[in-house]
Amino acid sequence: MVSRDDDTQDKIARYIDENLSKVFSELENDKMPDQILDLLAVLRAQDEERKDQKE
Amino acid sequence: MSSSDPRDELVEHLPALRAFALGLTRNRALADDMIQDTVLKAWSNIDKFEPGTNMRAWLFTILRNTFYSNHRKRRREVPDIDNVFSDSMSVKPAHDGKLQMHDFKRALDQLPDEQREALILVGASGFSYEDAAEMCGVATGTIKSRVNRARARLTELLDLEGEGAMELTDSVTMSVVSGGPGAGSS
Repeated sequence: MVSRDDDTQDKIARYIDENLSKVFSELENDKMPDQILDLLAVLRAQDEERKDQKE
Repeated sequence: MSSSDPRDELVEHLPALRAFALGLTRNRALADDMIQDTVLKAWSNIDKFEPGTNMRAWLFTILRNTFYSNHRKRRREVPDIDNVFSDSMSVKPAHDGKLQMHDFKRALDQLPDEQREALILVGASGFSYEDAAEMCGVATGTIKSRVNRARARLTELLDLEGEGAMELTDSVTMSVVSGGPGAGSS
C-alpha cells in the first residue's frame, strides 16, 4: 500500500526531474563554441595527415 | 561488423557533455576548457574505448575526473560562478504556479557539487544509479544517498512540502491524468 507521504515524495521527485530535464535540454541546445569546433577540425586534420604519411 | 569510427560517435555526445560540464562548473569559460581537455584526452585514448560500451558514460567520466583533478582547484582560487543556469534559460517550469524556473535554477546552484553532479547524472542525463556510481567511483548506495539528499535540499529550498505542495499536487496530478509530459517519468 502506498502512503500519502510516498505519493508526495514521488511527485516531488518527478517535478524535480522534469525541471532538470528542461534545464539540461536547453543547455544541450546551446551553440557549440567555435574553439571546440576548431579543436575538432585540428584533430581530424592531424589524423588525416598521419594516415597520408602511413600510405 | 561495423567499421564506424568511434571518433564520429564522440562528436555526437558533445552537446550532452557540454551540458554536464556547465552543470558541474556553472561557468561557461571553465566548462569549455574542460570540454577541450576531455576531447583531447578521449581522442588520443580512443583505442582504449571498448566498442559496444557506453561512450557517453566514458566521456562523462573523463570530464568529471578532469573537473575534480584540475579545475576545481582553480575554481577555489577564483570565484567564477557565472550563473550559467539563471542567465541563459528561458524555459518555463514543468508546472504552472508560483514556483518559477528561476527559483528552481537558483536552488540547483546552491547544491553541493557532489549532490548536484549525482542529480544531473541520474535525473537529467538518464544514467542508472549503477552507471552513475561507476562513473563517480563510489558505491551505488552513495549515489542514491546523494540524489536523495539533493532532492531533499531542493524540496526544502523550494518549499515543495510547504506552500508549494498544493500547486505541485494539483499540477502533477493533472499531468498524470492527462498523460502529459512526465506522467511516466521517475
